[in-house]
Amino acid sequence: MNKKELKIKTSEIRRQVLEMIYKSKSSHIGSCFSIIDILTVLYFQVMNIKPSKPNFEDRDIFVLSKGHAAAALYSTLALRGFFPISNLEGFCENGSKIAGHVIKDCLSGVEATAGSLGHGLSMTAGMALANRYNNRKFYCILGDGECNEGSVWEAAMFCSQFKLKNIILIVDVNKQQGLGKTDNIINMNEMAKKWESFGWDVKEVDGHDLNALDTQLTSFSQKKGEKPSVLIANTVKGKGVSFMEDKIKWHYKSPNEEEYKMAISELEKI
Amino acid sequence: MRNTVINTIHEAARKNKNIIFLTADLGFSVIEDFQNELPEQVFNVGISEQNMVGVAAGLALQGKKVFIYSIMPFVTMRCLEQIRVDICYQNLDVTVVGVGAGFAYGTLGATHHSIEDIAVMRVLPNMKIISPADPLEAEKLIEYIIKNKGPFFIRLNRGGEENLSSKNKEISFGKGRILREGKEVSILSTGSITEIALEAAQLLKNDKIDVEVISFHTLKPLDVDLIENLISNRKIIITLEEHSYIGGLGSAVSEVIAESDKKCSFKRIGINDEYPKLIGRQDYLRGVSGLSTSNVVGIIKEIYEKEN
Repeated sequence: MNKKELKIKTSEIRRQVLEMIYKSKSSHIGSCFSIIDILTVLYFQVMNIKPSKPNFEDRDIFVLSKGHAAAALYSTLALRGFFPISNLEGFCENGSKIAGHVIKDCLSGVEATAGSLGHGLSMTAGMALANRYNNRKFYCILGDGECNEGSVWEAAMFCSQFKLKNIILIVDVNKQQGLGKTDNIINMNEMAKKWESFGWDVKEVDGHDLNALDTQLTSFSQKKGEKPSVLIANTVKGKGVSFMEDKIKWHYKSPNEEEYKMAISELEKI
Repeated sequence: MRNTVINTIHEAARKNKNIIFLTADLGFSVIEDFQNELPEQVFNVGISEQNMVGVAAGLALQGKKVFIYSIMPFVTMRCLEQIRVDICYQNLDVTVVGVGAGFAYGTLGATHHSIEDIAVMRVLPNMKIISPADPLEAEKLIEYIIKNKGPFFIRLNRGGEENLSSKNKEISFGKGRILREGKEVSILSTGSITEIALEAAQLLKNDKIDVEVISFHTLKPLDVDLIENLISNRKIIITLEEHSYIGGLGSAVSEVIAESDKKCSFKRIGINDEYPKLIGRQDYLRGVSGLSTSNVVGIIKEIYEKEN
């Protein structure tokens, strides 16, 4: 897929997320928007997956550890062709199986449950350990706020000790967490150095630059050596809709009708 | 019973490459042979129980049958939320193997005692709980676990226990095992404290009180049919456990009794809702916590006299 087509895909996914969150009056649109460019590159360019055969044995696996960005993953899977968009009807509504945090198998292509933070990397590590002698790759996205959790660092030590070179982690550094700026809550600056000192191969990238994401993630997926890989993706919470960008309230708020229309018109311009 | 369980898993792992055993840096002198023989199936993940549970879940998601091992409080409560979300919510084939039930590590202090684990694990949907009274039960039930899908929690004492009955060797998952027959009083017991139940029953024979002892080696699912039957056919039901009297076997049995149409006298014997102020070996702490043979005999006699 060329970069223009890819860019259009990111806009379609953002619009789908907006639709779901607006309709269900649910939260976390900002957290979704910060990772959509990463998900698009993973699912349309990098990962070895077959939407028509979602469980084929040699597939790569993706775990969304920041499970509150569920709508972003679900929308990406739908637009990648894992299931029709109509399957997303009922998101966050009574009697639905599709919750605001990811639940394994609630939709085709959802590989692991997450929602409580700090669980996903350990599960990814277990999957990678089970496959350390083949060519499969195991991708995971953590949030930067999520890195407050001690279990993240237990997993980080484990992955390097067990030489899980088949793990490719992306840390979504959108610089916001529950009650404000990460710098003012638990300062995670020097994120790259932290991972480096835990024994990981680290690269840093603009998490909205599709070319850079593609180049770096592809290079990680082909690299030799023994270390697990982590991409520090500098992102903007709420990316793609100007009035949502870098505003903590979009961790919680659902757009009203006016905001919804404004957001749609911005996203349609891409 | 710890060695029996590890050896049985080791033997099964030789035949089944999908069996994986994880330890959080515990098991000195118990797991070395297993690890040396099958280094691709036994991993020390370090002192990181939360990560161990997540790694176990990931392995299980890839089709492995996983056992995770540590001292009881660390492998149950330290990583409880990982057990809840990663293992139970996803309903994965992972078995939590905990050693040091009750006061088994008595002298090490309450950090190493385990008097809350049954309560905490019992409430988790999908979790099945096994608490063997002797090595024979441990062996039969770990064999059951090996053949069936988890999640399981197996609660073990420390080691050196004797088999409690040469007569009844019939041990089936989910069913109480009658170790001693009796018609008036039933002691429902779980774990290695069951030896105290048998001693008490023997002493009560001198007082012409006919006491049955049943090992509830499976705490979840609970043998409700058996309990219903006992409510109808016994005067007194006693539960005995080396665990807080809140939330364990006693609570589970009382839930059945409270909802039954029939009635009988009932008493829970367990550990009071407090951490011991003193430390000591297992038999000492059992004694000061009311889990001695003489105390159990005294309680039963008192209720029996009231009933007659």
